[in-house]
Amino acid sequence: MNKILSLVKKRYIVLFPIVCLIFIAQFDKYSELTSSGTFGAALRLCIPICLAGVGAIYSERSGIVNIGLEGMMIMGTWFGAWAGWLYGPWYGVLAGFLGGALFGLIHAIGTVTFQVDHIVSGVAINILAAGVARFLSVVAYADVPSGGATQSPRVDDRISQISIPYLSGGEINDEKTFDLFGSLESLDIFLISDIFGLLGGLTRNISLFSILALSLVPISVWILWSTNFGLQLRSVGEYPVGSESVGVNVYLMKYIGVTTSGAFAGLAGAYLVIESAGIYREGQTGGRGFIGLASMIFGNWKPLGTFLGSGLFGYADSLQLRSEESVHGLLLLIVLILLLVAIRSFFVKKIKSAVGALSVAILFAIWFFNSSTVPNEFVFFTPHITTLIVLSFASQRLRMPKFIGKSYRKGEAT
Amino acid sequence: MGPRNFPFQMSIALKIKNISKSFPGVLANDNIDINIPEATIHAIVGENGAGKSTLMKIIYGMIQPDSGTIEVFNKEQKFNSPKEAINSGIGMVHQHFMLADNLTVLENVVLGLENASLKPINKKKYNDEIESISKKYGMPLDSKITIDDLGVGEKQRVEIIKVLYRGAKILILDEPTAVLVPQEVNELFENLRSLKKEGVTIIFISHKLDEVLEIADGVSVMRGGKHVGTVESSNVSKPDLAEMMIGKSLPKPPKRDTSASKSICLEVKGLNGEVLDSKAPFSDINFKVKKGEILGIAGVEGNGQRELTEAILGVYPIESGQISLNNKDINDLETRTRRSLGVSYIPEDRQSQGLVMDSSLIENAMLGRQTKERYRTKFYNINYKNSKSFSEEIINNYDVRTPGSATLALALSGGNQQKFVVGRELNDEPNLLIASQPTRGIDIGAQALIWEKLRDARDSGLGVLLISADLEELLGLSDRLLVIYEGKIVKELLPKEATPEVLGAYMTGLEQ
Ligand SMILES: Nc1ncnc2c1ncn2[C@@H]1O[C@H](COP(=O)(O)OP(=O)(O)OP(=O)(O)O)[C@@H](O)[C@H]1O
Ligand SMILES: [Mg+2]
Repeated sequence: MNKILSLVKKRYIVLFPIVCLIFIAQFDKYSELTSSGTFGAALRLCIPICLAGVGAIYSERSGIVNIGLEGMMIMGTWFGAWAGWLYGPWYGVLAGFLGGALFGLIHAIGTVTFQVDHIVSGVAINILAAGVARFLSVVAYADVPSGGATQSPRVDDRISQISIPYLSGGEINDEKTFDLFGSLESLDIFLISDIFGLLGGLTRNISLFSILALSLVPISVWILWSTNFGLQLRSVGEYPVGSESVGVNVYLMKYIGVTTSGAFAGLAGAYLVIESAGIYREGQTGGRGFIGLASMIFGNWKPLGTFLGSGLFGYADSLQLRSEESVHGLLLLIVLILLLVAIRSFFVKKIKSAVGALSVAILFAIWFFNSSTVPNEFVFFTPHITTLIVLSFASQRLRMPKFIGKSYRKGEAT
Repeated sequence: MGPRNFPFQMSIALKIKNISKSFPGVLANDNIDINIPEATIHAIVGENGAGKSTLMKIIYGMIQPDSGTIEVFNKEQKFNSPKEAINSGIGMVHQHFMLADNLTVLENVVLGLENASLKPINKKKYNDEIESISKKYGMPLDSKITIDDLGVGEKQRVEIIKVLYRGAKILILDEPTAVLVPQEVNELFENLRSLKKEGVTIIFISHKLDEVLEIADGVSVMRGGKHVGTVESSNVSKPDLAEMMIGKSLPKPPKRDTSASKSICLEVKGLNGEVLDSKAPFSDINFKVKKGEILGIAGVEGNGQRELTEAILGVYPIESGQISLNNKDINDLETRTRRSLGVSYIPEDRQSQGLVMDSSLIENAMLGRQTKERYRTKFYNINYKNSKSFSEEIINNYDVRTPGSATLALALSGGNQQKFVVGRELNDEPNLLIASQPTRGIDIGAQALIWEKLRDARDSGLGVLLISADLEELLGLSDRLLVIYEGKIVKELLPKEATPEVLGAYMTGLEQ
């Protein structure tokens, strides 16, 4: 019991919104807020962002800002679609991985060897990737009827999907088993159906690629925090002179970090093609690389936090796609969270920010009670707004790698 | 000291042959020739900017010399990176910390020991080994803390343990004692002696000549990039050494009477720091600093001094209590406002808190007062002209050795960086100066200069809160002394009734 209490005390910032959400979802109108369908879609939408974000950790922890994620992701989409179309989806995954890694390597050469400013090099990567993708499409799909300068032919096969037997209705020997989570969700009991909605959504019809992608989160935690390689990589982004003074190969670490980051972004691109669209289309990444970077910042340069951040975005995105009505419920959530902020600020005697939060809360409350839907324009924008709001709250306790964004020349010790 | 071997019986561990190295505008090492016999402790002394650290970094493979060679155990070596030097059995504690702040103590010690493979780090094993080393050498350390949370003395211990753990045959220590209190220095010296017995060769750099004469067998003196001579420490006295170093004899500043006035500069009442790791770093602190008074705070590093000074500056949060400056409550003011009210601060770590290393001295000169009218134009742009003249003022008045004011801070030698910070903080007529280790790493000549400046400022009405690991400095400068132990003020003393022994007893909690 004490443990639970202390958990609540420490994590109430995270727990409180979830509890509020469950309450709001009790209104029929907002039931989509916690349905398994929403969570399932959220998972699929969050994976590319999560991959890009977790990859970016490798780069940024080694001290290199990777604003070129978007471009590396574009390469992932293009190569993923191309190899997927020619040889099948798993080859697409591999090709996406390599394509992203290649552009990661280019970024590394620019920033590490030639000491180009990281932002400049990253922007260059983004521009270059868009151009290269267009060029390759023109060359590769010239004689392919269903392809063209801006899109590829369909990748026909899909990567197989699984569900967990007995819990979410997976198959054993080609026979469907009982779907425990599904039936519990449909009981419509307070809390129970919400929780099992979440579990069902996260375990039903999950493709092997998703599992591979998600497993990279704990694997990255392990690599970065438990191995010698991870330690050296992280040290390089903190204080490269110090790392060099104990014999770490600073350049090599940076190269590996940035290239890995590119490879992860490439995987993210391949995911978009193979799991979501089934096709490469120009502009398909739609800024997901940047959102990935944002969720990495939200996650304080750590994999689990990045996963949470991208999950948040995926959730808002899926809500927006599935049910415009329930987006309205989020207004109420904002009101409640702002009230919490106001109370908290009041207790730590920050009267100004308490009053500020309170008045904004009142504004939102007025909006909420005087409308039944959110205007369409805003609905579409929900995920971005959510990310922005959360990021602005989170950014106060962030600790970025100390030496990030600076160029380092070997032997120029202080 | 036991019987000494004669030079011809000793083998030479390290032979430095005709090493030269120049940086833009300075010849840091000018044709240096030094032989260091095996299993001895060899000190290198010299003014700030004499080229000591540069020479050591060349030996360690961090800097490549323009010309000259190095022989290690009679084998000519050319180190392209520290890694190669480490592999030949050389270890080095740098003058400035080589620690990654966001990593734990354990991670910093372990870093680079193994190849960068996906092999997991055996944290348990390393943890035990670090614990046993830190016990053996009398340097208590918690290996799970991140470096960010350590003070300079503790960081120094981490650095020392880092090289001891690696077990080098030639050990370079570049000013390892600058921030250690006497007890810690004694422990370190005990350890160095036993290492020497085990056959380790130690190169030791320090500005504290008493220490040098106590521990070293041979002493090499450097001046202006040149090696001016090597002597045996048993045949040389402190004044001789000082004269060799700075080319003239040491001025002895006369002790002055207190100039404390009645009016109060800083008053701290019932101050409690915010709890950190289930313990408040300082609690129930009460004291006053009068105008024209230097109040010294004695204490072993890590007893709350750092947090206390940061709280007065408005960086560390307080739980309760009151801070007032010139009888005005400043509790709720931001750090910037406090500084604009005339609070000056010499931080204990010049590189992480005092300077922006890759900015020029001109830019560094206005740090902390960038909002003052003097440093901005009508349109709130930076006024480089004034800042430049101010930085040159500091360079001249405080004898900062640098090619010019446009030089980057990182190109200065450690002691010269320190002089620059001190100069910046003492200029502009502050109301209150919080000085942490103000003469850390400064050579004896410049130290006398800075002490003099501090006293002058005091006489003209500045209140100073002085924190220092150097007891001689504390006793010599302070008008009054407080001893802090485990976050509490345990004793107030006058310098004339305090000896290093008495202070030591209070500082370690032996006497209450
Ligand atoms: N990276 C660098 N770039 C340019 N000049 C440098 C650099 N490093 C050192 N110097 C210059 O070389 C000279 C010698 O510096 P060094 O650090 O060796 O002095 P030091 O004897 O260790 O002094 P201190 O006692 O203050 O530490 C100084 O004039 C310094 O300004
Ligand atoms: Mg030095």
